[in-house]
Amino acid sequence: MKRLPIVLWLCTGCGGGLRMLDARGPHVERLRSLWDLLFLISAVVLTAVVLAMLGALLRRRGGSKAQVPEVEAHSVPPDGAGARPVDPARERRMGRVVGLCAGLTVAVLFVITVANASTGAALARLRSPEALEIQVVGHQWWWEFRVQDPDPSRILVTANELHVPVGRPVILKLNSRDVIHSFWVPELTNKRDLIPGQQNTLELQADRPGTFFGQCYEFCGIQHAKMGFVVVAESPEQFEAWRNHQLQPAPQPTAPMAQRGQQVFLQGPCALCHAISGTGAAASTGPNLTHVASRSTLAAGALPFDRGHLAGWILNSQSLKPGNNMPALTLPPDDLQALLVYLESLK
Amino acid sequence: MSRWVLMGALLFLTSCEREQRRFQELPAAARPAARDVQQSELQAGPVAPAPPTPPTRAASEDNAYDVSQGKRLFVWFNCSGCHAAGGGGGMGPPLMDAKWRYGSEPENIYATIVEGRPNGMPSFRGKIPDTQVWQLVAYVRSMSGLLKKDVAPGRSDTLNTRPSESSKARETPRPEEVEQPR
Amino acid sequence: MSAPLPTPPEPPPVRDDEAWERLYLERTWAPKKGLIGWLSEVHHTEIGKRYIITAFVFFLLGGIEALLMRWQLSGPEKQVMGPDLYNQVFTMHGSTMMFLFAVPMMEGVGLYLVPLMIGTRNAAFPRLNAFGYWTYLIGGLLLYGGFLLNVGPDAGWFSYVPLAGPQYSPGKRVDIWAQMITFTELAGLAGAVNLIVTVFKHRAPGMSLNRMPLFVWAMLVKSFMVVFAMPAVMVASTSLAMDRLIGTHFFNAAEGGDALLWQHLFWFFGHPEVYIIFIPALGMLSSILAVFTRRQVFGYLPVVLSMVSIGFIGFGLWVHHMFATGLPQLGQSFFTAASLMVALPSGVQIFCWLATLWGGRLWLKLPLYWVLAFFAVFVTGGLTGVMLGTYSVDQQVHDTHFVVAHFHYVLIGGAVFPLFGGLYYWFPKITGRMLGERLGKWNFWTFFLGFNLTFFPLHFLGMMGMPRRVYTYGVERGWQPLNLLATVGAVIMAVSITLLLVNIFWSLKRGEVAGNDPWGADTLEWGTTSPPPSYNFLHLPTVRGRYARWTAAEDQPVVTGVRSDRKEVLVTRLLDAAPDHRAELPGPTLWPLWVALATGVMFIMVIFTPWGIVVGGVLLFITLTGWFWPRPPYKEELAPEQPS
Repeated sequence: MKRLPIVLWLCTGCGGGLRMLDARGPHVERLRSLWDLLFLISAVVLTAVVLAMLGALLRRRGGSKAQVPEVEAHSVPPDGAGARPVDPARERRMGRVVGLCAGLTVAVLFVITVANASTGAALARLRSPEALEIQVVGHQWWWEFRVQDPDPSRILVTANELHVPVGRPVILKLNSRDVIHSFWVPELTNKRDLIPGQQNTLELQADRPGTFFGQCYEFCGIQHAKMGFVVVAESPEQFEAWRNHQLQPAPQPTAPMAQRGQQVFLQGPCALCHAISGTGAAASTGPNLTHVASRSTLAAGALPFDRGHLAGWILNSQSLKPGNNMPALTLPPDDLQALLVYLESLK
Repeated sequence: MSRWVLMGALLFLTSCEREQRRFQELPAAARPAARDVQQSELQAGPVAPAPPTPPTRAASEDNAYDVSQGKRLFVWFNCSGCHAAGGGGGMGPPLMDAKWRYGSEPENIYATIVEGRPNGMPSFRGKIPDTQVWQLVAYVRSMSGLLKKDVAPGRSDTLNTRPSESSKARETPRPEEVEQPR
Repeated sequence: MSAPLPTPPEPPPVRDDEAWERLYLERTWAPKKGLIGWLSEVHHTEIGKRYIITAFVFFLLGGIEALLMRWQLSGPEKQVMGPDLYNQVFTMHGSTMMFLFAVPMMEGVGLYLVPLMIGTRNAAFPRLNAFGYWTYLIGGLLLYGGFLLNVGPDAGWFSYVPLAGPQYSPGKRVDIWAQMITFTELAGLAGAVNLIVTVFKHRAPGMSLNRMPLFVWAMLVKSFMVVFAMPAVMVASTSLAMDRLIGTHFFNAAEGGDALLWQHLFWFFGHPEVYIIFIPALGMLSSILAVFTRRQVFGYLPVVLSMVSIGFIGFGLWVHHMFATGLPQLGQSFFTAASLMVALPSGVQIFCWLATLWGGRLWLKLPLYWVLAFFAVFVTGGLTGVMLGTYSVDQQVHDTHFVVAHFHYVLIGGAVFPLFGGLYYWFPKITGRMLGERLGKWNFWTFFLGFNLTFFPLHFLGMMGMPRRVYTYGVERGWQPLNLLATVGAVIMAVSITLLLVNIFWSLKRGEVAGNDPWGADTLEWGTTSPPPSYNFLHLPTVRGRYARWTAAEDQPVVTGVRSDRKEVLVTRLLDAAPDHRAELPGPTLWPLWVALATGVMFIMVIFTPWGIVVGGVLLFITLTGWFWPRPPYKEELAPEQPS
């Protein structure tokens, strides 16, 4: 069951794997074993039903309009013209088989209920007081991540790219600033909605390093399709390094071009929505850009982070992600180049 | 028969205008007389050296989506910080009443936002792209009931201290003398 | 207000004078002529046909929307349409298929067949019937009119708040959707009340509850479910419209409302809705099975009890649509158990039908093809349903394309396959001509192939992480090949539906003449002419067993003493269907249309101004007064009583 041939066959042809079954952490492993059980049951039941149907089809043909229909003996008309009685012995036999099947159904459903409950209990046992707490805030159409810390000065705010330490449980506190979103990384966790006015929690743990793509799963408006994020699972040391680096304010630009870019950022429209710590920009309407160049994607996972896409995104975000809340900006070429250099320096 | 066709066409045009979602900048629809003057010495953020981009559009008035975007921007850009959410007024003058110091026409409000006004209204020149200024203009007008009722936004998903813009009775604009600073 | 019927020229005819009887019945039940006559029609066969045809047109429109979506998704970053239009199209597709196709279609089939199957001349409330149809039509036209005017709703057929609320869905798009819901639910309730009373009070003498055809049982259960489910969604859609239009706070968390309240109300209707669509299909399936296996359905009692218990359990598991919203452990387990429980009656039914197949001799005609395909397709959907009802697994596949695959397997497999079987089965009764066999086989095989090709890959796409309701996806996701395959399947399905249309139009003109009973079937509708006359039966039948026509004695008596010169029907007792009294049904009238139009004015006008309530209220007062104006008494009723 662990490696289903049909799954393999389908996956070799289509590039993407069945990510849901590719468990990379204890939560999805538990879910995977429940899935395997249900898949096995389903396969057996479907095969049995289809075989029963095909069997009847092959062996019980030959009816026609002319054939006198069979009904219960007591309702056969007295003159016997319209119908003849069913064979009671055969009906009893069939009744026993149907009863047996119904009993089996009850048993199987019971097994599934118990398996589901024990999976729930197993997932609950994975909860740990040492878990790293991360707050996830959904926005139309991007993700805000706040890695929590008892020390308020060490609360890390970033967007659309989340790093987690391998082997350590993470607890996500989910909330939304506008409409309902839903958080899922198929390899790492189950799914949970982000609902305004309500705090949900979700546990997650990665057992091996890797980079995973997640996205929003509850329809949240025009750019629901392009509301993605990246989860990077890395060793605890790398994670701490990442965290400490991200907590630093943005480096002050030294090159003249980058300095000019910073001026463009602060004087232009950018600073009205975005924050870069260490500068005057502190708005929280759009993603925090303090270390934007350290991320691998732009526009909530919609575009790779490179200069070309960044320029396109700034100049005409509406053609890349129509309807998103970043306005198209008209910047003189020199300013744009400077801005690009500056943003790229925000490692 | 032709009368019905005409009515149908009218219906189409009105709903078309109201429901359109324009994400890309449209070609210049209307160009109000925007002057490159600044009436306030206050400026949001450091002084922008770049020349202002000319306003290109005043069509947001009849578009429900634009007005609702304006409503979000009103909070995001912290207009509500002075004028209060819903425009009840605070540090800045109320926007939901009939009194207009600098005119109630879209062009006047555009100029107010872009150029700033004495006694505290900063200039947002170069800060807010034109599309968004026009969205804000439309929303500001909706707060005193100057827009059509089927375009003005409904209630917000927040604490609502006053009726929504769509249920605000129209306040006939009248000019107001600028009060002398005390 | 019906005009008094013409006084009969002769004393009421006696039973053995068939020609006289027919003449009287024709005169009494004849529809009015011309456009006015068409608009004032209240007979259940005509209303049922209109429901069926209208719903089928909406099915085609919904199908076109589905094709557009499949075209857009056939490759990554395709630009067939932008996200704004795509969101409208998928909302239209879902709303059309659920509210304008599936429910009205089942209702239409029920309204057409049930009075015939139980041997009466019309539904219990003919005018309510007409009113239901007109409101349904207005609701459908409102939605499509809105779509054509660029006011197509774009928040999904489920319209979750806050997204569908006033702040995040500006304009009138969602208002149109909410009012369309109110219209169609009103129509659904009218039809359901009608069916319940018709089934309970108008059955032929001898057709006690335990002799009712399974199809009638299915329609009865379905109608009760409608009565309990639809008010929930009407409350929801009205609250949504009020939130949007007059600033109430039902769904505003900041003011003490709750966004999840919407989901509870919606799914408290939405899950039973699935069974409202599916149970009538089970009835069709049972009818077809009995006729084409040439035997009674195995286990009448377990099948009926299964349907009834599905009707009950169906209301206890709505929360499994909300598993991802965060539930306490007890809630998870409870609703998992409830969701799994519904698999038991469904399973019992499947086993009984399989036993029927094994116990009979299969007459392999087209209706049976669709029923046999049902077993494979529906059971697949049912099993993925067990997965989705299981909390822990649902947490993974929820809102992915796995769910899309699942409910298309359930709804197309569980409802559309039997429905098409029913179409091939009852087409001769409704039109008098058989549907072509050859094209029919092509239609079946292309549909079966296209369906599986479209929807089976979606299971895998869901497991690969593809969310529902996305207008596009990146090339790096690797979702293209399976999506392309699904699109190819959708095209094959479209070809299949085209073949069906060709077959229908060809058969209407050239099809083999069916005669009264081409299948040697058991239910009463096959005892009258095809198509049935305006009075349904020349002699109202009586029944002495479950399979009425098979068990009828050679000299089975017919009902006498019901007047032919008035629209009289026999009312029987609820349990044993013993004759109770005669009742006169109202005739054709325009008032239901006026009332529906007044309702339409009110519901549509309130989208734009609260004055709609006042204007609509006045109009409704006038039209309802007209509707309920007392019928003038017959002349002989006015005559002074003769001392005997």
